[in-house]
Amino acid sequence: MASQPELPVQQKREVEKKPESTIPSRTFLPITDIFETDQALTVILEMPGVDKEKVDVNVENDILTIEGRIDYSKYEGLQPVYTEYNIGHYVRTFQISSKLEQGKISAELKDGVMTLVLPKAEKAKPRKIKVN
Amino acid sequence: MTNFSDPFEALFAIQRALDARKASDWMGSSTTGMGSFPPINIFQQGDDYVAIVELPGVDKKDLGIDVKENTIRISGKKTITYDEGASVHRRERVWGVFDRTLSVPIQIDPDAVKAEYRDGVLALFIPRAESDKPRTIKIN
Repeated sequence: MASQPELPVQQKREVEKKPESTIPSRTFLPITDIFETDQALTVILEMPGVDKEKVDVNVENDILTIEGRIDYSKYEGLQPVYTEYNIGHYVRTFQISSKLEQGKISAELKDGVMTLVLPKAEKAKPRKIKVN
Repeated sequence: MTNFSDPFEALFAIQRALDARKASDWMGSSTTGMGSFPPINIFQQGDDYVAIVELPGVDKKDLGIDVKENTIRISGKKTITYDEGASVHRRERVWGVFDRTLSVPIQIDPDAVKAEYRDGVLALFIPRAESDKPRTIKIN
């Protein structure tokens, strides 16, 4: 147990909005990991408190947008007495390459963590060239 | 006041509380792990309290909650696995072990504390002990 480092708290980063919204809500950038294998690009986003019914994943003009909304109604009737973190919706966008199969993106949400798998297009997969 | 309902009232209440955090002495100096993982928000609901803790990516079986007198301990581990041979483009998530003790400045009923974990958020329902509740004295 002692060999593992203790977890730090990550402060939420607020989205810098270009168009102003009409409603006064806060939006945060989900903490994200991205890694690539020969087969696919995997994007993992942390969105605690987001139900899978409240997630939107969109690809338009090579822009991948992930949006997760918090259910504020759960906080109704609760008076804060001690607070350490803020709550709000989550949104993050990524420019993706056309070498990815944009129609075959799969998404999974578990314990507030969303895993998106973006498979690579056939032509973008590495090929072994046999030398004769 | 306006007549239409404001769904953001709860959010604003949190933001006001965050702004007032430095001035708040609700927890006093009694939290042993202030500023450490996981971050905790505490709300009052009538006589009782609700602690809401963000633990994205922590499996329920890796999460432990112990209650003794007015002390609540939240401990566990967060693990992240990558596919073998994957090249990492962006790494913002952190993982490791956590152990945080929370001492609430009220008498609680340890047997009645309830925990719910859903979508990476832990909600602890902390009922105030019957003996700690204020009593209304009737004046004859």
